[in-house]
Amino acid sequence: MLNSNIPAGPLDSKWEDYKGHVKLVNPANKRSLEVIIIGTGLAGASAAASLGELGYKVKAFCFQDSPRRAHSIAAQGGINAAKNYQNDGDSVFRLFYDTIKGGDYRAREANVHRLAEVSANIIDQCVAQGVPFAREYGGLLSNRSFGGTQVQRTFYAAGQTGQQLLIGAYQALERQVALGNVEMYTRHEMLDVVVIDGKARGIIARNLITGELERHFGHAVLLCSGGYGNVFYLSTNAMGSNVTAAWKAHKKGAYFGNPCFTQIHPTCIPVTGDHQSKLTLMSESLRNDGRIWVPKQKNDPRKPNEIPEEERDYYLERRYPAFGNLVPRDVASRAAKERCDAGYGVGSSRQAVYLDYASAIERYGKIECRKHSIENPSPEEIRKHGMDVVKEKYGNLFDMYNKITGEDPYTTPMRIYPAVHYTMGGLWVDYELMTTVPGLYALGEANFSDHGANRLGASALMQGLADGYFVIPYTIGNYLAGEIRTAIIPTSHPAFEAAEKAVADRISQLKHINGTQSPESFHKRLGKIMWDKCGMARNEAGLKEAIEEIRALKAEFWRDVRVTGEIGEFNPELDKAGRVADFIELGELMCMDALQRRESCGGHFREEMQTEDGEAKRDDEHFAFVAAWEYKGDGWDLHKENLEFEVAHPTQRSYK
Amino acid sequence: MEHYTMNLTLKVWRQKNKKDKGGFETYSVSDISSEMSFLEMFDVLNERLVKEGRDPIAFDHDCREGICGMCSMYINGRPHGPWEGTTTCQLHMRAFKDGDTIVVEPWRANAFPVVKDLVVDRSSFDRIIQAGGYISVNTGNAVDANALPIEKDKADTAFAAAACIGCGACVAACKNSSALLFVSAKVSHLALLPQGAPERKTRVTAMVAQMDKEGFGSCTSTGACEAVCPKEISIQNIARLNTEYGIAGLTNDK
Repeated sequence: MLNSNIPAGPLDSKWEDYKGHVKLVNPANKRSLEVIIIGTGLAGASAAASLGELGYKVKAFCFQDSPRRAHSIAAQGGINAAKNYQNDGDSVFRLFYDTIKGGDYRAREANVHRLAEVSANIIDQCVAQGVPFAREYGGLLSNRSFGGTQVQRTFYAAGQTGQQLLIGAYQALERQVALGNVEMYTRHEMLDVVVIDGKARGIIARNLITGELERHFGHAVLLCSGGYGNVFYLSTNAMGSNVTAAWKAHKKGAYFGNPCFTQIHPTCIPVTGDHQSKLTLMSESLRNDGRIWVPKQKNDPRKPNEIPEEERDYYLERRYPAFGNLVPRDVASRAAKERCDAGYGVGSSRQAVYLDYASAIERYGKIECRKHSIENPSPEEIRKHGMDVVKEKYGNLFDMYNKITGEDPYTTPMRIYPAVHYTMGGLWVDYELMTTVPGLYALGEANFSDHGANRLGASALMQGLADGYFVIPYTIGNYLAGEIRTAIIPTSHPAFEAAEKAVADRISQLKHINGTQSPESFHKRLGKIMWDKCGMARNEAGLKEAIEEIRALKAEFWRDVRVTGEIGEFNPELDKAGRVADFIELGELMCMDALQRRESCGGHFREEMQTEDGEAKRDDEHFAFVAAWEYKGDGWDLHKENLEFEVAHPTQRSYK
Repeated sequence: MEHYTMNLTLKVWRQKNKKDKGGFETYSVSDISSEMSFLEMFDVLNERLVKEGRDPIAFDHDCREGICGMCSMYINGRPHGPWEGTTTCQLHMRAFKDGDTIVVEPWRANAFPVVKDLVVDRSSFDRIIQAGGYISVNTGNAVDANALPIEKDKADTAFAAAACIGCGACVAACKNSSALLFVSAKVSHLALLPQGAPERKTRVTAMVAQMDKEGFGSCTSTGACEAVCPKEISIQNIARLNTEYGIAGLTNDK
């Protein structure tokens, strides 16, 4: 039976009460407790720094050459916090409510409320670290809007907020490395969790430079290894982002929660050809000021600037007047797909819509001209001043668009199309962020807990840092307080030996198949199956086909993959082969999860379940639960955690 | 944009490991689309090498959005290639034309030893940050974020310095392999903000000392670093570091 360990009492005092009664570990005992952290993105770096500060002995691992490279660095638009600095009606409750509703009532109330409560502390902490957020002329912090909300609660640093937050956490982490509280292992990949007497007690890691396997003991293991969007091959994730650490944990007993909940982001640069290796996001913040449209005429051959205003269909403003261009991501993505499928798409592939800045440039230009007391400004003057404002807010994003497409977004509307971006699903965790394996935790995107079936923009950074800075430092004590008498287990223990042997055998097997096809080619084929049949729209027949195709692909992989190079050297092909093998297994589980969830909710759209006007149709009576999958070797068992909504009562989600 | 395809000759540095002497190998690639990124062109070549049972070329890369700082190719004598303000991963093939020969090498500096082929070890940068590239504030110590107003101009200048991605192009471009642009970006970021003031003097002294210890060369103000920086970090940061360093050395009080 799944126990989410949610504290009793009213929703808004659960976390305070919990903190007041949770077990503590005294400073002397902390020094002899060892914690292993996998991944150094926002969740991992902030957890490693905070636990190091508390006095725990921390070992942190990342597969990149430096902890500063983790993919959190690429987050663009911002981070939410219920500060209400704009006096526009924000509050902890509003942030909680928006997040639950945005997630289409498939997240756990208690976790989300805690997230909203600690959101304000995150901003304080980051500013104290020297994170240079955008400011107003008065010297105070600036905010902007994001999708699915009607207040301005998003803090940002141009279009590179993730970079600045990660550098803040990275610096805090490196400070602990310097002080000797954290030992950092770069270019290391976790390849198994070691479980002894039912508790997580360490890991097997591979040194990616030498190929050697290493054993590391820990009283607890924290997985902060990010999401699994790369199962689709093409996504906005970094090339190295992978599910391997989470998947190994899953196979060692950690249940996987809601694997089918994936987020397709509406504003990405469209695919240009078969050579494409990844997709690039254009921040949701662009929907603050940009307007999305397609021509009213099907297959319109004209250039965008030749199409007059009255022949443009601003379809989001038309369909959702209350939220307009700022509807949540799942809604915006489906609406783009609907227009393109109906023949209104633009660009050579017809799989794109326009994101247009002309009216924002004019609006800002007029304001600036007034500020500078320019009377009767010419259209050129207005444009010039408007472009300066847009450049300051989004310059790096516009430059990136220009480099990739060769087009100038200041003068020509950008072409955009939805792409895989984030995974709401992940390892199932309880209120304390512990998985179903005692002593094994999952933080940030690696867990399933806060975003339900759809994540709101600027909430991933918030969750990663909330988990690492303000949740795990409290909740881990509750477990480790019971471990102060556990002596360090020598890594010669048979469980370590067996785990290392299993890892070595698998690597050797991969290397010696000596087939004909590259790991990359299998990854591409998996991605195509997933995108076509488990992507933006899913149906029963397609999912059943996908499961069969993935099983066949798996068999072919283990028969015919070719891994060049040697085991005992720096060998990215071997790293990749192991990750692709795990993605293939995950793909099957995602399709099974999507198949069992016979409802549409958030990013999970089952074509059989939609309203007359094409919106997602939830089925609260049968599906108000978290699907937690237990690995059984030859298949999976489904466990259900029922979701109780005591405060935010589920309604049909409407942004009209 | 008009699309076109091209055939190219690549001369790529191959080095099996740190101890290997290494040397150039020549490859030809055909039908490369002008819409590809530079790294996607390498993907195509590597797929072919794997198919032929040969060892693919190792290179560092991750986000492919120009922000993680992992990619690091020295292309035709210039870190990150011909485009200004651009990382290797954001360089696209329309920068080249049919028939071109492209020479690709790793970053070359004593403090960045080669791991394999085009991959180098930049952990020296992490150790410079460990020496003092932070503000000593534990989680939970902070006051309300708006309790400390910061002039917009200063915040913007600090942000421009903090935009450094730690790729090491500045070192690769410098004839002395100096890391001063990297170090000065961090010193400036933190010195410009009031939060960074208490540790201003110890920070700059410790970071410069660590830089020297790692074996980076001295700065002779050539300006090559600024010219190739993909994030266009200004050389004015080096001037600011020199001022900070001077003040720290001239006054005894910490």
